Amino acid sequence: MNTETYWSIFINASLVNNFVLAYFLGICPFLGVSGKMETATKMGGAVTFVMLISSLCAFGIHALLVAINAPFLQLISYIVVIASTVQLVEMFIKKMSPALFRALGIFLPLITTNCAILGLALFQTSKAYSLSQSLIYALGAGTGFTLALILMAGIREQLEFAEVPNVVKGTALTLLVAGILSLTFMGFSGLG
Amino acid sequence: MSTGITKNTELKNTPSSTDEFIKGLWRENPVFVQVLGMCPVLAVSNTAQNALAMGLATAFVLLMSNILVASLRNFIPKQVRIASFILIIATFVTIVDYAIQAISVDLHKNLGAFISLIVVNCLILSRAEAFASKNNIGKSIMDALGMGLGFVFALFCLGAVRELLGNGTLFNIEVFPGSFQEWIIMILPAGGFFTLALWLLLFNFFKSKKAQV
Repeated sequence: MNTETYWSIFINASLVNNFVLAYFLGICPFLGVSGKMETATKMGGAVTFVMLISSLCAFGIHALLVAINAPFLQLISYIVVIASTVQLVEMFIKKMSPALFRALGIFLPLITTNCAILGLALFQTSKAYSLSQSLIYALGAGTGFTLALILMAGIREQLEFAEVPNVVKGTALTLLVAGILSLTFMGFSGLG
Repeated sequence: MSTGITKNTELKNTPSSTDEFIKGLWRENPVFVQVLGMCPVLAVSNTAQNALAMGLATAFVLLMSNILVASLRNFIPKQVRIASFILIIATFVTIVDYAIQAISVDLHKNLGAFISLIVVNCLILSRAEAFASKNNIGKSIMDALGMGLGFVFALFCLGAVRELLGNGTLFNIEVFPGSFQEWIIMILPAGGFFTLALWLLLFNFFKSKKAQV
């Protein structure tokens, strides 16, 4: 059993060990959809949502796998259960709240096999968090992801107007900015 | 992910297997050109050894999953293909995970969760979807070998630079004289972003040079 307080789990997951900038998880969406502020916000919301669901799933699966003594099935069952649960929830949202579906919908299937999601499930298991701790951890990680994505989108919107040499344009520039962002996030170390 | 899929639609002029092999190494290098599978590239490239181990593990999973996907391509129903690919990949990743744990506990600790995360490496899924599910086993093997080696090569490029500058060593062997001041930033997360950005710059530079000629 892990005895970390909720507050320290949240700060750790969102700022100190930011999933994107310190653990390099979810780099693909980070580089891919950070072009516009609006999409970045929606993507962040969708990722946080999926993280909460998968955290819940992972907690249940882990308990089950420990009970039947089959740890080698961990990876396979995590990815299958998480992917199908997200699919189910997506159908549910589509039926219940079309507005929410339009906001998050297109991103949901994209992020089910995102490394940030699976990473979260694996980390919470290895840290032996309780159910409530896991959910706080998922919330923190999602917040951190959203924060990094929004910061990046803000910078990239400004960069549209900057004159950069042709060679630097594209992914290289985004990575350079990400490096600087990662440096600034190091200032949070020691906070958690 | 989309780049890998669109690029392979131009396969109509049926290139030879050697072409399939070469393209992954350079022209369609998964990291430098297609920018796929970034997470492990950045995360475990802090030393040359970690980078090499990670690259080889990924290449192995890529090879095995490409073989299996190619041989089962006529039996997997189209609607559930992605799910089946992921199951196949996850099986091999579990094997690799336990194998590395058996070979070296230290290495397993260094790579941490990133071995398990090979499952969600978009490079592997994109090769299964874009190539192995449409081609025969022989070609798929060549494709996997090329892409796998291209991935190892890219990871090694990053790992070597980061270890050399950040630690003054290469494969734990002292390279620079003792007076060398290590660039700690290179082993930190930020260094990963910077090093990859610089490699991409180099690639872009060569490409633009070539375009001018």
